[in-house]
Amino acid sequence: MTRLEAIKIIAKHLKTKEATIIANGMISREMFAVMDGEFNFYMLGSMGMASSIGLGLALSKPNIKVVVLDGDGNLLMSFGVLANIVDAKIKNFLHIVLDNEAYESTGRQDSVTRTIDLAKIARSCGYKRVYKVSSPNILSKIIKKLILEKTLSFLLVKVGAKGKTFNLPRISSSPEAIKERFIRFLR
Amino acid sequence: MKTVEFYHLLKNCGIDFFSGVPCTLLEGLIAMASLDSKVIYVPAVREDVAVAVASGAYLGGRYSCVFMQNSGLGNCLNVLASLNLIYKIPVCLVISWRGFKGKDAPEHLIMGRSTKKLLQDIRIPATVLSKKYLETQTLSLVEKMKKNNIPVALLLRKGILV
Repeated sequence: MTRLEAIKIIAKHLKTKEATIIANGMISREMFAVMDGEFNFYMLGSMGMASSIGLGLALSKPNIKVVVLDGDGNLLMSFGVLANIVDAKIKNFLHIVLDNEAYESTGRQDSVTRTIDLAKIARSCGYKRVYKVSSPNILSKIIKKLILEKTLSFLLVKVGAKGKTFNLPRISSSPEAIKERFIRFLR
Repeated sequence: MKTVEFYHLLKNCGIDFFSGVPCTLLEGLIAMASLDSKVIYVPAVREDVAVAVASGAYLGGRYSCVFMQNSGLGNCLNVLASLNLIYKIPVCLVISWRGFKGKDAPEHLIMGRSTKKLLQDIRIPATVLSKKYLETQTLSLVEKMKKNNIPVALLLRKGILV
């Protein structure tokens, strides 16, 4: 399963009521191409910060579900935030990590998730539901379930090296416009 | 001004979300925020996490304050420069100023002389809090923060709060 295929499956199940914070790089650009909407907050930079932003949002609005679409490189950069997320005892949080074991936007350099298992780490930290998937069918089944649950969940999606997406548009909105639109959606 | 008065001043500005990484100079403020049931306090693992969490809180409709020692400012440059300043997400940074006037332990001396310049360079409005004008300085800077949706910094030296 390529990352783009995984994003298409995930997008299909996000019922457009979920506020989604999306990590920088190809993940944001692919989500923008697959399903753009005011419920998406695209990170253009500040690598590693998507899940922290999600934490602040989830604490401030306990009645909405917050979905974070993270990357392996992003999460590795700000590992400690897993502890903050679990310590905050939030239930309205689904942390999805698309793990291709690489930094694609900068030339596809290896990331160290080639050696370590982020799902095991999330489980040790104390995420209540932890899944690791690599098949599209199982991803579809699990994401459908996790969207509805009111539990702190972690979904590691292992995606393959093949299928670099060509002709991927850059995100056309300005950062301020992305923010304004997202805030209007949340009100 | 007493620490408790300054804390209430921040709250009266509409701030009800706090995050930070400790410094001895901020001990009283952090204690108050973490024990106050009317606000949320996140003891962040790192200063950039504190700023990003505060930014998420802003998206969720709240104004936030982030406590950090100036040694942690370097840890936040990326999030401030590529999130808060470009998306226009306000946050009130309360930064304790170690190494002020070159009088401190060695690890504080470089940031001690560079803190103001760093903030100036990335265009974050900053005020060095004085004992006499602390209240008006704070009110004025927080108003600027809200009006322009930008991060601002209150620099707190030793002895300003009692």
